[in-house]
Amino acid sequence: MRYIEPHAHMVSRTTDDYERLALAGCEVLCEPAFWAGFDRSSPDGFRDYFLQLTRHEPKRAAKHGIRHFCWLCVNPKEAEDPGFAREVMRMIPEFLDSPNVLGIGEIGLNKNTRNELAIFEEHVQLALDHDLPVLVHTPHLEDKRKGTRLILDALANFPKLRRDQVVIDHVEEHTVGTVLDAGYWAGMTLYPHSKCSVDRAIDILEIHGPERLWMNSACDWGVSDPLAVPKCALRMKARGHDTAAIRRMLWENPREFLSRSPRFIID
Amino acid sequence: MGGDHPLLDLQFIEARHLLVELAAFLDRCDRHGCTGDFRHRALLDALPLLLEQRTDRAKAVLDAFSDPTDTVASRAAAPVYGAPRPDAD
Ligand SMILES: [Zn+2]
Repeated sequence: MRYIEPHAHMVSRTTDDYERLALAGCEVLCEPAFWAGFDRSSPDGFRDYFLQLTRHEPKRAAKHGIRHFCWLCVNPKEAEDPGFAREVMRMIPEFLDSPNVLGIGEIGLNKNTRNELAIFEEHVQLALDHDLPVLVHTPHLEDKRKGTRLILDALANFPKLRRDQVVIDHVEEHTVGTVLDAGYWAGMTLYPHSKCSVDRAIDILEIHGPERLWMNSACDWGVSDPLAVPKCALRMKARGHDTAAIRRMLWENPREFLSRSPRFIID
Repeated sequence: MGGDHPLLDLQFIEARHLLVELAAFLDRCDRHGCTGDFRHRALLDALPLLLEQRTDRAKAVLDAFSDPTDTVASRAAAPVYGAPRPDAD
């Protein structure tokens, strides 16, 4: 079954993973900029990372027949130092003309701090200035509910922001309702021990319906599963969801949102 | 009657497994003397939610494990623990 993986951090994955993704039917993959597991020591570390996302990774994916797109930003964990973050942000426009760049992300909050919030808002403004969609990361575990509320409050202060241009990722049962009710897209991340399990994601789909909802593996350097999305499709089938419902979640919905970017042209 | 509902056929053994794992974890905490930890307390406090007649138990458990404050932190302080630390600022 062909599918779109809308959130994966392939710089942290092996070439074998690309092969497995391709074998499972992945044809399109999107990679938001994120925290690489360590803090970069200089803004030039980000320059190299942005080059990796815009030039190197698309070639690596193409060897397995996978189209690679990316999102650029300073991730919230490294936004705690606003001087550093702003220096990196000044470099982002240089990369926005790259053919695989979709928008600004994954921005958001990590520990719900004042500095993170300020840099988050500056990224939203950057997206508005360049008319780009936004991908938002919400914090983990006990910080998620409060962080999601702070993010929604902050976004509400941007009257020009079109809410259907924003996906708020890593929603769970206690945040998905407020995100969807406010008119944003919601992403469910299928993660082994935190975030959503495959079955809980299907529960959320059954309860809230498929409108403005997608799912992703967010596979990265941590405990995560690059094949979580096709595994969820198998589970949907076992739970009685038909082919059209599965195709909507794995292909049509991510395609609909990602098409907010004029660069996202797929067959 | 019973034994023929597809959802239970698919998931009962798995749910049973998860409950046994949780029971064993609580026994393990007793044996290892970590029952005074706020995380252990948070687990115990959330357990009654499972027996409530409601349709949003998962949300209720996640809410119980969420930071109840709404203030913006001045700096990144504690790491994430999975449950709010009672003495956190
Ligand atoms: Zn991510």
